Amino acid sequence: MNFDWSSIPGALPILWQGMIVTLEITLVGVLFGILIGTLLAMLRLSPNRLWSWLSAAYVTVFRSIPLVMVLFWFHLILVPLVAGLLFPGKRLELGLLTALTAFSLFEASYYAEIIRAGILSVTKGQFHAGLALGMNRGQVMRVVILPQALRRMVPLLLTQAIILFQDSTLVYVINLDDFFRKAYNIGNTVGTLNELILFAGAVYLVICTLASGCVRQLHRKLTVLPVK
Amino acid sequence: MLRLPVIAMWLLDSTIHQSLITNHLPLAAFDFSVFLRPSPEAALNNLSYLVVGLGWSLLLALASWVVAFVVGSIVGVMRTLPSRILRSLGAGYVEVFRNIPLLVQLFVWFFVIPDVTPVIGDWFKQQVPPIWQEFISGTLCLGLFTAARLAEQVRAGIGSLGAGQLAAGLALGLRRTQVYLLVLLPVAYRILIPTLTSEFLNLIKNTAVASTIGYVELAQRSETMAETSARVYEAFTAATLLYAALNLLVMVLARALERSTALPGFFGGRK
Repeated sequence: MNFDWSSIPGALPILWQGMIVTLEITLVGVLFGILIGTLLAMLRLSPNRLWSWLSAAYVTVFRSIPLVMVLFWFHLILVPLVAGLLFPGKRLELGLLTALTAFSLFEASYYAEIIRAGILSVTKGQFHAGLALGMNRGQVMRVVILPQALRRMVPLLLTQAIILFQDSTLVYVINLDDFFRKAYNIGNTVGTLNELILFAGAVYLVICTLASGCVRQLHRKLTVLPVK
Repeated sequence: MLRLPVIAMWLLDSTIHQSLITNHLPLAAFDFSVFLRPSPEAALNNLSYLVVGLGWSLLLALASWVVAFVVGSIVGVMRTLPSRILRSLGAGYVEVFRNIPLLVQLFVWFFVIPDVTPVIGDWFKQQVPPIWQEFISGTLCLGLFTAARLAEQVRAGIGSLGAGQLAAGLALGLRRTQVYLLVLLPVAYRILIPTLTSEFLNLIKNTAVASTIGYVELAQRSETMAETSARVYEAFTAATLLYAALNLLVMVLARALERSTALPGFFGGRK
């Protein structure tokens, strides 16, 4: 079986448009995932039983459902529902918005667990010391605990970002043209599907290998520091 | 016919309620009777259609788990051996399978591999029924993908035992293979049961990716049911609950397994 790579160079500009969508999903997912995840982790650790339970329920629900199922929910139910409430009677292009919301809220449940573990890794003594100095709980969290916890979590947060970058290919199921979907579509129309699948795989492999190499370096650097 | 109002609707005022019904979804009531109506597959109602889908998901997960367990153990062990070549081969395997998205790997197994393997590929495309084509591609893909993750766990598990056990085994006159099969792996697996459980749960969730190649598992069937019956809400709620139920079942079984195989004196065991 011979390969015909000639369709790849001409396809690069279109593939790049797809890559921008992929990167948008990744960046927004990481940013909002960490923001919402931090909030969820703090609620989980708060003394208020109700908040703690709600946060735990959120995380458990999202973590027990396949991402494909989550995307279906947001694509066919949740996002049209909210859009219908906010802009009644309008037909909107919701594909990208759906992906951004779904990934932000889905990843938040994974980030919440990473961040919770990070917060718990800072010793209790520091928390009490902060309280003894006259700070309130929020201040101790913001000024003492989170800065240390976040620094310790950086490698894990970045690894999760790489996973998110890979998982973003699943927007395939909601027909959004990300990098991989574009490659697939081009391959299908031109008749060189095998080549484009392999090319896309190679691009992901190179990007993710480089990125995880960097994370490993960073991890080594951070663990040399006396963190405990 | 049983019709229950959706809880969320109580919170919405009637005008919003109206716009929802007219513009978007058949949300006015949760219609359980849809599950008893005929499904796209003859002789099955929608509920059995979904439950059979869950069965296909589980079947794919179990078959992939066998592949993942065997390959993952081999690769994980390779990474702990003294031979440099075997170690870097193992590391290379893990890097490749971890750094390509699952969906892309699935498409490689389903579209590319049958095209580029001369004899077997033709037989596969012409003789094997579509459902088994999807099943075999899915099993290989999910199995080898999960193997990369298991390999890391197995390596860590063996690493956590320390060099003492290996040395003791060798000193007793066992060959290296015997030490691994009789001493290191049996202990490592038991310590690893919690992490292996979460890998298996991940695997079950990952089977939903096989919906992209048309495999008739639960996520794919819930979408088909949503389209054919026009009851999106019911279809997705049922599928989500079925996934959650399977999740719960696996966790309960795993905990029982963990308790019955716990080793005294190890982290896994009760003190």
